[in-house]
Amino acid sequence: MPKPLIIAENIMKWFPITRGLKGALQRLPVIYARAVDNISFTIYQGETFAMVGESGSGKTTTGRLLLKLLDLTGGEAYYGSIPLSKLSGNPLKAFRRQAQMIFQDPYSSLDPRFTIGASLEEPLIIHKITKSDEERKELVAKILEDVRMIPPEEYTWRFPHQLSGGQRQRIAIARALMLRPKFIVADEPVSMLDVSIRAEILELMRSLKEKYNLTYLYITHDLSTARFIANRIAVLYLGKIVELGNADDVIEDPLHPYTQALVAAVPEPDPELRFKLKEIKVVGEIPSSVFIPPGCRFHPRCPYVMDICKKVEPQLVEIKPNHYVACHLYSGNKLYEEVVKNEKAANVRQI
Amino acid sequence: MLLEIRNLKTYFFTSRGIVKAVDDVSLSLDEGQVLGLAGESGCGKSTLAYSIIRLIPPPGLTVGGKILFENTDILELDNDTFRKEYRMKKISMVFQGAMQALTPVYTVGEQLYEVFKYHMDVNYDEAKSLMEEQLKSVALDPSIMRRYPHELSGGQKQRVMIAMALLLKPKLVIADEPTTALDVIVQAQILNLLKQLQSKYGTSMILISHDLSIIAELADKVGIMYAGKLVEIAPALDIYKDPLHPYTQKLLKSIPRLKQKVEKLEFIPGVPPDLRNPPSGCRFHPRCPYVMDICKKVEPQLVEIKPNHYVACHLYSEGGKR
Ligand SMILES: Nc1ncnc2c1ncn2[C@@H]1O[C@H](COP(=O)(O)OP(=O)(O)OP(=O)(O)O)[C@@H](O)[C@H]1O
Ligand SMILES: Nc1ncnc2c1ncn2[C@@H]1O[C@H](COP(=O)(O)OP(=O)(O)OP(=O)(O)O)[C@@H](O)[C@H]1O
Ligand code: SF4
Ligand code: SF4
Ligand SMILES: [Mg+2]
Ligand SMILES: [Mg+2]
Repeated sequence: MPKPLIIAENIMKWFPITRGLKGALQRLPVIYARAVDNISFTIYQGETFAMVGESGSGKTTTGRLLLKLLDLTGGEAYYGSIPLSKLSGNPLKAFRRQAQMIFQDPYSSLDPRFTIGASLEEPLIIHKITKSDEERKELVAKILEDVRMIPPEEYTWRFPHQLSGGQRQRIAIARALMLRPKFIVADEPVSMLDVSIRAEILELMRSLKEKYNLTYLYITHDLSTARFIANRIAVLYLGKIVELGNADDVIEDPLHPYTQALVAAVPEPDPELRFKLKEIKVVGEIPSSVFIPPGCRFHPRCPYVMDICKKVEPQLVEIKPNHYVACHLYSGNKLYEEVVKNEKAANVRQI
Repeated sequence: MLLEIRNLKTYFFTSRGIVKAVDDVSLSLDEGQVLGLAGESGCGKSTLAYSIIRLIPPPGLTVGGKILFENTDILELDNDTFRKEYRMKKISMVFQGAMQALTPVYTVGEQLYEVFKYHMDVNYDEAKSLMEEQLKSVALDPSIMRRYPHELSGGQKQRVMIAMALLLKPKLVIADEPTTALDVIVQAQILNLLKQLQSKYGTSMILISHDLSIIAELADKVGIMYAGKLVEIAPALDIYKDPLHPYTQKLLKSIPRLKQKVEKLEFIPGVPPDLRNPPSGCRFHPRCPYVMDICKKVEPQLVEIKPNHYVACHLYSEGGKR
């Protein structure tokens, strides 16, 4: 049985929205962007856990919460057995070394004024890891080889603008690896790259994971890369997990109408398709997380919406082994009924 | 034939050297046809598009070749004639990153009206019904005319840009990465829309993308560019079912597929070349698994290997292995 590395328990992040001077003068009540709205999941040691969703669904916010780059509004997240909200001092420093982030934009995640060598040495200096210059240079060279920038001395003196997009992203990965982390949040690491380069970066991430026993939270809006790299996938919609399961199950047998639409919408490299329109049953676009619809937050776009959907928020329930969904369509399911009953008894917050 | 490009060369004259972004490219497009253009970032796709619509940013210049549109070489026309008679009216473009291209201080209606005002002698009321009709055709509510760009979602902005490109019913629309910044569901909606509009108006299209999955959704014919060169062009079915150029083959195999489980993805090792100083002979030779001696010395020409299937690779010339 794999051990949990990250546990998120009802985590929440609400951002207050400023309404300007007028709002302050009129004492309007504060409104919130409910970016992450009470979600729970576990990431096991050694797994790649993908979080998939459209823009604004709360993926980045979740990643930042788990790295304690943002404070929780509610709930608790654990790294091993340590609650993040209680972390400070030396344990926090240790955590900062062990948990790293790779960002979407390889163009802005590296300081343009620093050479690659200097960028990679920086975390070692900040965390006082190495004793001598030599030791540092050696470590940098080794990591560069790990990310297949060979020979390393070809690259250490270059500046970010002297590298291609794919190379820059490899440097960003190298930088995240400098401190020998255990947990990496990769926030859309390939979405700014050409399709043809994505493959190389994804393969690299996979092999580094084996080599260094890493655990990934892979954030993406692209189901295809999630299927390729992830063991499990959680589908996020407006701050809520609507489906969670093994990558293959979620994609081959999507249960939630939203996941079904995501799967149907992915283009395939098959020219026979050009005579057909894609069947997209879902209407419109994702609304703002300030105005979250009541009941099932997906209901204004759902092709199967029922009366209950507009009033009662569906809970995430295990419908098949290890396959969870939050949708009233499955309420005939016994397990589902049971959970809903329990939740009602526990008087869960309804919107 | 609607469009015929012959030996087009568009270079950027930078202080650090000449970037040969489009280097001796020839291709043609029939009326009603959709041409997909694919290739890695920086291979010259947008520059080719800008050359056709004559909006190459400085320090770029078209230094050679012809662009025949309905048999007129549009590179020969003076600026005024091109602007009045061709751009928007006969050839229009949805620009890469176009969603940022709407002017923030004008409403959607005002921006659409600008296009009319320039090309036709109409007042706002006369133009209004035409604009409303166009917005409806891209599935937008006409009331959107009173709104400002920041009040629109990404998908809505892209629909406005498409409506604008189609406003004067041009014969050719160039769409440069029209869905790149959009979410997958919105992307599918926009691709559906382009399909519907294309068949409704019979518009010819050039669809540019680095993603061959998106090209497959629309294109009748596909051109593959590498380092400023067109290396293969063929009917869509041939490109996907029987790609000939090693680069095209690799490009297709590197796509992560959703509906089939892939154990290992292939990728193209190395990086695309610096276009100021491209490799000798075949520009793909430093990355090609089949490279031969001749490839390093002689530049392969685009030749018709099968009916309508052109490829530039020594593997297919006399003495080649295939
Ligand atoms: N600092 C902030 N202040 C106010 N609202 C915020 C802040 N950060 C995020 N939000 C809001 O929270 C929601 C979720 O944002 P988040 O960046 O987590 O989404 P995402 O899924 O990563 O989207 P994308 O795919 O666009 O990166 C959005 O509605 C966003 O506007
Ligand atoms: N204004 C410019 N000045 C100098 N060089 C330029 C300019 N615009 C483009 N280039 C260069 O011309 C080449 C082709 O660029 P282009 O934008 O046409 O590529 P692309 O295929 O559209 O790439 P992408 O997929 O990234 O949009 C690149 O090497 C680029 O660096
Ligand atoms: S709960 Fe209702 S509205 Fe929500 S996804 Fe299921 S069927 Fe659709
Ligand atoms: S010409 Fe030679 S190097 Fe170029 S693609 Fe063909 S085989 Fe490869
Ligand atoms: Mg994000
Ligand atoms: Mg471009």
